[in-house]
Amino acid sequence: MLKFALSRLGTFIPTFIGVALISFAFIRVLPGDPIIVMAGERGVSPERYEELRQQYGFDQPIWVQFWDYMTGILQGDLGQSFVTNRPVWDEFFTLFPATLELSLCAIIIATAIGIPAGVIAAVNRGKFFDRALMSTALIGYSMPIFWWALLLIIVFSGNLGWTPVSGRIGLLYFFDTPTGFMLIDSAMSGQDGAFGSAVRHLILPSIVLATVPLAVIARQTRSAMLEVLSEDYIRTAKAKGLSTARVNGVHALRNALIPVITVIGLSVGTLLAGAILTETIFSWPGIGKWMVDSISRRDYPVVQGGLLLIAVIVMIVNLIVDILYGLINPKIRKR
Amino acid sequence: MKFRTTLAASALALGLAGGASAQTLVYCSEGSPEGFDAALYTSGTTFDASSKTVYNRLVEFDTGTTNVVPGLAESWDVSEDGLTVTFKLREGVKFHSNDMFTPSRDFNADDVIYTFERQRGEGSWEYFNGMSMHELIGSIEKVDDLTVQFNLTRAEAPIIANMAMDFASIVSKEYADAMEAAGTPEMLNQKPVGTGPFVFQDYQTDAVIRYTKNAEYWDEGLPKVDNLVFAITPDASVRLQRLQAGECHVMPYPNPADVDSIKSNDDLKMLEQEGLNVGYLAYNTQVAPFDNPKVRKALNMAIDKQAIIDVVFQGAAKIAKNPIPPTIWSYDEDTVDDAHDPEAAKAMLAEEGVEDLTLKIWAMPVQRPYNPNARRMAELMQEDFSEIGVNVEIVSYEWGEYLERSKEMDRDGAVLLGWTGDNGDPDNFLAVLLGCDGVGGSNRAQWCNEDFDKVVQEAKTKSSQDERAALYKEAQAIFKDQAPWATIAHSIVFMPVRAEVEGYKIDPLGGHWFWDVSLAQ
Repeated sequence: MLKFALSRLGTFIPTFIGVALISFAFIRVLPGDPIIVMAGERGVSPERYEELRQQYGFDQPIWVQFWDYMTGILQGDLGQSFVTNRPVWDEFFTLFPATLELSLCAIIIATAIGIPAGVIAAVNRGKFFDRALMSTALIGYSMPIFWWALLLIIVFSGNLGWTPVSGRIGLLYFFDTPTGFMLIDSAMSGQDGAFGSAVRHLILPSIVLATVPLAVIARQTRSAMLEVLSEDYIRTAKAKGLSTARVNGVHALRNALIPVITVIGLSVGTLLAGAILTETIFSWPGIGKWMVDSISRRDYPVVQGGLLLIAVIVMIVNLIVDILYGLINPKIRKR
Repeated sequence: MKFRTTLAASALALGLAGGASAQTLVYCSEGSPEGFDAALYTSGTTFDASSKTVYNRLVEFDTGTTNVVPGLAESWDVSEDGLTVTFKLREGVKFHSNDMFTPSRDFNADDVIYTFERQRGEGSWEYFNGMSMHELIGSIEKVDDLTVQFNLTRAEAPIIANMAMDFASIVSKEYADAMEAAGTPEMLNQKPVGTGPFVFQDYQTDAVIRYTKNAEYWDEGLPKVDNLVFAITPDASVRLQRLQAGECHVMPYPNPADVDSIKSNDDLKMLEQEGLNVGYLAYNTQVAPFDNPKVRKALNMAIDKQAIIDVVFQGAAKIAKNPIPPTIWSYDEDTVDDAHDPEAAKAMLAEEGVEDLTLKIWAMPVQRPYNPNARRMAELMQEDFSEIGVNVEIVSYEWGEYLERSKEMDRDGAVLLGWTGDNGDPDNFLAVLLGCDGVGGSNRAQWCNEDFDKVVQEAKTKSSQDERAALYKEAQAIFKDQAPWATIAHSIVFMPVRAEVEGYKIDPLGGHWFWDVSLAQ
């Protein structure tokens, strides 16, 4: 098992270097000189332009810039934002808990609904339930997040007034946030109603962010279940006289879950991509919105550092999934 | 994500929960501030959160106008030759305190000198330099504790208006020194200390900015609310939902499509005013046949501006006939705009011997207040021009490229662009956008007209506003006759507020001010 984990870790390092290279190159390939974009209609004098180029290190040859960037990373220094002058590292970890909180809620919703939905669909293959669930999943998968989010806001916040429109907590609540997780901090604050407010603020964005992974998980569970249900041992189990619930829920589901776990792991990438839109609409102060702002401001260090950190997180999650997968399925780690 | 609970804050939360009468005004702002030291930045979003709440300037714009009124200076004096400006400072003005700093003295000349001297030195003082303040200020002298004298390198009347701009926000020298000594100079940008109507309390990145009332504010009776909260909400549709749900009281920049529904909602009020901006099409006057004013005039007559306003601005704009907007003093009401007359335009081109003309129109890739959809505008112009037999090709580049390439002297084509005023002075439009110094730079028409330039330069040296206005009217007449641009539109700024909001005035300069806003009980 250790050998398996180490070999997975071995692929981590070249991937990391590749991502660092791509994130460095990506923002530089985008058209648009950051200094000119910052100056806008007002423009910038040629002397000042030179000064700024020097200040940001753009006057150095590209390989020198890359070398500085890489040595910085190895020392744990991702540079400073051009705009706020704060270290990228600090900004990321200030905002990341908000994204993580939202993503975790979304993945919990997606899993809690997606897996049972997939099982129900598989068991009722070809019947009404199956068709209804799978068409709903297809709609969920294809729905533009932007439109879906606004629709929910208009109906549930605007017309019905059940949920707040946006933000993480009511504006009247004001307390220390040592963990950055609003659910935990609001509960610790001791202020009346703070926790409830945080929960209500989480509902719509979590649903929106959960929509795509939910659809994927439901479909994946269904097809994995169908495959398993046609296996001989299921027939044996049935023949032994086990209850349908036990056959489906224990014997079949357990094996069907293996590919589903991979899908859940992969959907972390989807979640982070979805977070960009979801956070912008719901004014959710996380890393998605932060990255979008930085790209339009051509804030090189933030875009580079942010991409790298996000990639590392996705890689770590995939690594965990790989290891989990090996634990569940001995076939894989022996290969 | 650390933010500190101060006594005042807990009082706010508890007080409001308990239904006490403390008033909290919530503004759904459109974006996050880049920082709180206004002199380092150029964006309006940052200014709203910093200079307009926490700071004051020597002089201020009277809210809702471009008129300059006393601020931290009670009065000022310009010498006969226009080379020295002396400010008499207000006595007894207090700087804010925070958990790291308590001022030991009142505001005085040292703070003014520090504010400007730091910007004259090294660093990213883009707006200060952009307004040529570094060339303009020769030296600054402290006459006494409450008198400061600026010695200028040339007479320039607009400098008084510049002193009301965001970069001229007065910072506390004592605070700057204390933070420098503590090894945390960045606090100036993160925890601002000023003399303004609101005291900075806390910023939760990308989410909420909180301020409390400055109880010791020098302008008695202001501000009218006890707490001010900026709830950062980037999406315009969501801002409107929040406003309707009562989560905020004031929001900027509604979607044009929502304007009608806001107007018909009894819970909301829609304020509107023409913005301090102009959208234009700049010909390249260095390239034939566009070097001929009659050709340019003929093209201007082909453009159906009303159609552009209806389609591109959805009615939220006014036809521009002058290069400066009507909210600026010296705007010439009497200018007669070129009538939309394709037949006459066609005849005029024929008279000038211009046939089979092809023109590139540059369409900006971004949305700006003066032009919400340049691509659509270019398409409408393409149709208009085809009616008079002029073939149009629409081109576009990435925004940075666009700004750079459009400056080139031999540029092929006419450029759609615009301008939003910095200080409400006509010079800020006429000299910057159409003066000879701007050719190859901000003067996208590459138009250098000696008569025009002479008048505009002369106006800078006069200190009487009447004399200056007469000269600027003369300049507008020359502009209209020579037609280096097709002036298109001045957009209208909409500002939806909740019905209980009282005293909110739209700032023609594009800022958002809350010091004299109150909430009806």
